Amino acid sequence: MARIEIQKTYKIYIGGQFPRTESGRYYPLKNKKGDVIANICLCSRKDFRNAEVAARAAQSGWGSRAAFNRAQILYRIAEMLEGRKEQFISELLLQGSTLAAAKKEVEISIDRMVYYSGWCDKFQAIYSSVNPVASSHFNFSVPEPTGVVAIIADETTSLLGLVTAIAPVIAGGNTCIVLASETKPLCAVTFAEVLNSSDLPGGVVNILTGTAAELHEHFSNHMDVNTVIYYRNNKAEIKTIKENASLNVKRVFVYNKINIATEKAESPYFIFDTQEIKTTWHPIENIGASKAGY
Amino acid sequence: MSKEKKLKFNAAWELDPAPEDSKHVSIKKQYDLFINGEFVKPNSKKYFATYNPATDEKISEVADADEKDVDKAVKAARAAFGKWSKLSGKERGKYIYRIARLMQERAREFAVIETMDGGKPIRESRDIDVPLAANHFFYYAGWADKLEYAFPNRNPKPLGVAGQIIPWNFPLLMAAWKIAPALAAGNTVVLKPAETTPLTALKLAELIRDSGLPKGVVNIITGAGKTGAAIVNHPDINKIAFTGSTNVGKWIQKSIAGTDKKCTLELGGKAANIIFEDAPLDQAVEGIINGIFFNQGHVCCAGSRLFVQESVADIVIRKLKDRMETLKVGDPMDKNTDIGAINSKQQLLKIQEYIEIGKNEGGEIYQPSCSLPKKGNFCKPTIFLNVSQSHRIVQEEIFGPVLAIQTFRTIEEVIEKANNIPYGLSAGVWTDKGSKIFNLTSKLKAGVVWANTYNKFDPTSPFGGYKESGFGREGGLHGLGAYLTI
Repeated sequence: MARIEIQKTYKIYIGGQFPRTESGRYYPLKNKKGDVIANICLCSRKDFRNAEVAARAAQSGWGSRAAFNRAQILYRIAEMLEGRKEQFISELLLQGSTLAAAKKEVEISIDRMVYYSGWCDKFQAIYSSVNPVASSHFNFSVPEPTGVVAIIADETTSLLGLVTAIAPVIAGGNTCIVLASETKPLCAVTFAEVLNSSDLPGGVVNILTGTAAELHEHFSNHMDVNTVIYYRNNKAEIKTIKENASLNVKRVFVYNKINIATEKAESPYFIFDTQEIKTTWHPIENIGASKAGY
Repeated sequence: MSKEKKLKFNAAWELDPAPEDSKHVSIKKQYDLFINGEFVKPNSKKYFATYNPATDEKISEVADADEKDVDKAVKAARAAFGKWSKLSGKERGKYIYRIARLMQERAREFAVIETMDGGKPIRESRDIDVPLAANHFFYYAGWADKLEYAFPNRNPKPLGVAGQIIPWNFPLLMAAWKIAPALAAGNTVVLKPAETTPLTALKLAELIRDSGLPKGVVNIITGAGKTGAAIVNHPDINKIAFTGSTNVGKWIQKSIAGTDKKCTLELGGKAANIIFEDAPLDQAVEGIINGIFFNQGHVCCAGSRLFVQESVADIVIRKLKDRMETLKVGDPMDKNTDIGAINSKQQLLKIQEYIEIGKNEGGEIYQPSCSLPKKGNFCKPTIFLNVSQSHRIVQEEIFGPVLAIQTFRTIEEVIEKANNIPYGLSAGVWTDKGSKIFNLTSKLKAGVVWANTYNKFDPTSPFGGYKESGFGREGGLHGLGAYLTI
C-alpha cells in the first residue's frame, strides 16, 4: 500500500515562533486542478499588532549587533536556503511555476541574500561622511537604522519578492513585518523556517499571510511603525498608505516599478532608504596659535 | 606615604600548565610548492627546515623556490587571470566566501600551527590572528560584486598578476590581508610567506585547493630573500604588495623603478604611545602592555616609544612595573601565556644587541623577575627609562618586547617628539578629553591613531603608514583600490 503523506500546516511567523492567526480565520489555497493544497492563515489587525511588538522589541538588539555579525547571519540564511533548494522548487511547482522558472527564482533568491550579506558591513563606508566644517570641530555623519519597517511584498512571486524586500531592510539593522503574496504564500512560511534556523534573532523578521486589501490600512496607521514599503500596484491602497503615514510621519517607499527578477532590484540604495543620517559635532582643541582641524 | 602594599600575584598559588593540544593537527614532513592548483617539487630539489622557536625542534621542511619556480608560478597566475577576471563578481565572491568558511571551520588547527611555527601565544593566534584572517576573506568576498560602488564614476578593473611577499610576525593574517582584496578585485596571485613561518600559508594552500578555486588563481611558493627578489623582478608581474622591513621596501621601490609595476608597501614603525595626565591610568597601563608586548613586540605598529606626561610619570611607571611582574612568559602553547617565543634565533640576537646598545647609551633598564624556559628563543619584557630622542633604541625599530620611555610637559612638545622620526605607521593617545584626541589625531603623522585603545584591527578599517612606513592602505574600501585600475 502506498504511504500516506504527512501534510504541513502552514502557519505564520511572529517573534521567532510559529503561531496560527489569532483571528482563527483561513483561506484555502488551491492548485490548478482546484484541489486544496493548504489552508492559509488569514491574518488580522491583531496579528499585525503582535508582530509589531515583536519587531520593536528585537530592533535595538539587532541594530546594535556588529555589522559583521549581521553579515554572517545573512550569509547563514543563504546557506540554509541553498540546502532547502529542492523544497522551495517543489513548492513553486505546486503554485504553478515551471521547473526552469522555479529553479531560477530560488537561485536568484539565494544569490541576492549573499549580495546583501556583503553590504551589511560596507554600506556605511559609502553613505557616511566626514564634513569639513569651518569651525574647529570634528563633524561626521553616519547612517542608522530607521527602526521598524512594515512591508507589503510582491504579489507575483512566492520567494524572490519576499527575499528582495526583507534583505536590504535587515541588512541595515531594522526589523520588519512582512505581508507575503496572497496567491503564492507557501514559500513565505517555509522561508520563515529557514530564518528560524539561521541564528537570526526572533522578531527581526515577522511574516504574515492574508490580504493586502484588509491589512494595508493597519500596516500604515500603526503609530509605532517607522517606514512602510509597498511592492504592489493598487492605486487606492497606495493613497491610503501615504495618507495614513502622515499620522506619525512614516517614510513610505513604493517599489512597484522595479523588475525584481533582474539585478536592478539589487542596490545599496534600498538599504539607504531605511536609514536615518545622524551628524555628530565634536570640538577639536586648539592650543595657542596652533589650529587643528579636518 | 610610607611603604605601599603590593599585591603578590604568584605568592599564594601558581597557575597550572594549560597547554593546547597539538594532536589534532596534521603537518606533513615535507611541503612542495603550490603552483597551478597542485603541490609540485621545486626545480632546485632543495628544501629547508622550519623550526618551533619555543623548543628548537624541527617541525617540517619546505621547498626552496628558485627563479624557474617563480616563473612557473607567475605563468600559472597569468594563464588563470583571463578567466578569473572575467568571471562575474558574484561568482568570484562565492569562492572567497568558501575560503572564509573553510578557515572558520578549521580555525583551531590553523591557530595551533601558527603558534608552533611562529612562537606567538595560542591565546593570540586563536583569538586574533585566525579569526581576523577568516573575517578578512569574508569581508572582501562581499566586495567582489560591488566594485563600482566603491569607486563611483569609474570602471574599476583588476591589475593582473600580483606578487605578494609577507613577513613572519602574522603569517596567516598577512596572507589574508594580501590575497582577499586581490581576488575580490579580480587579480591572480603569487604569494611568498616568510622563510621562518611558511606552514600556515601552505595549509592555506591546501584549503584553497579544497575550496575548488580555479587552478592558478592563487599560487603559494616558499623561499627566502632570493625567492622574493625573483618575484619582484619578474617582468610579467603587474603589482607588488610587500609587508616587511623598511630596508627591503626601499630596495623593492628601487628595483621596480624602471617598470610599470604598481606597488604597496607596509613597512616598519616606531609608534609613539602618548599618556596624558588626564588619562584613565589603569587602562592606559593595559594599553602600554598591549602596545609593546602583543606578539612579543613583533608588530610593525607596536607602541615602542612611550611618552608619559611628567606629572603622572612616577605613578604610570610604578603601575607599569607592577603589571609587568604579572606577565607570563613561556610556552606559547599554554593558554595562560602572555608572551611567547621570539620568532627566530636571528631575531633574538638582534633584540639582545639592542638591549646592550640601550644600556651602553645610558638607558636605565628594567625587567621583571620572571624566569625563562631553558630551551627555545625567549626574551624578558624590557623597558628603558631615562632615554632621549637621539638614542638608537628610540629611533630604530627593534621588533621585540623592548619599550623606550620618555616624559614630556606640553602637548606641543609631545607632538614634535612623536613626529620627529622617519616612520609614521601608527600612534596611541590616552586622555579623557575628546577635543584633545582630535587635536592629536590631526597633528600626528601616522596612518593609524588609536585613542584610549591600542593594536585594534578590523577588516573594515584601513591600515598603513605615512613617510618611511610605506604607502597604500590595506583593509576597508581603501584596501581595494590597491588592486584596481581606477
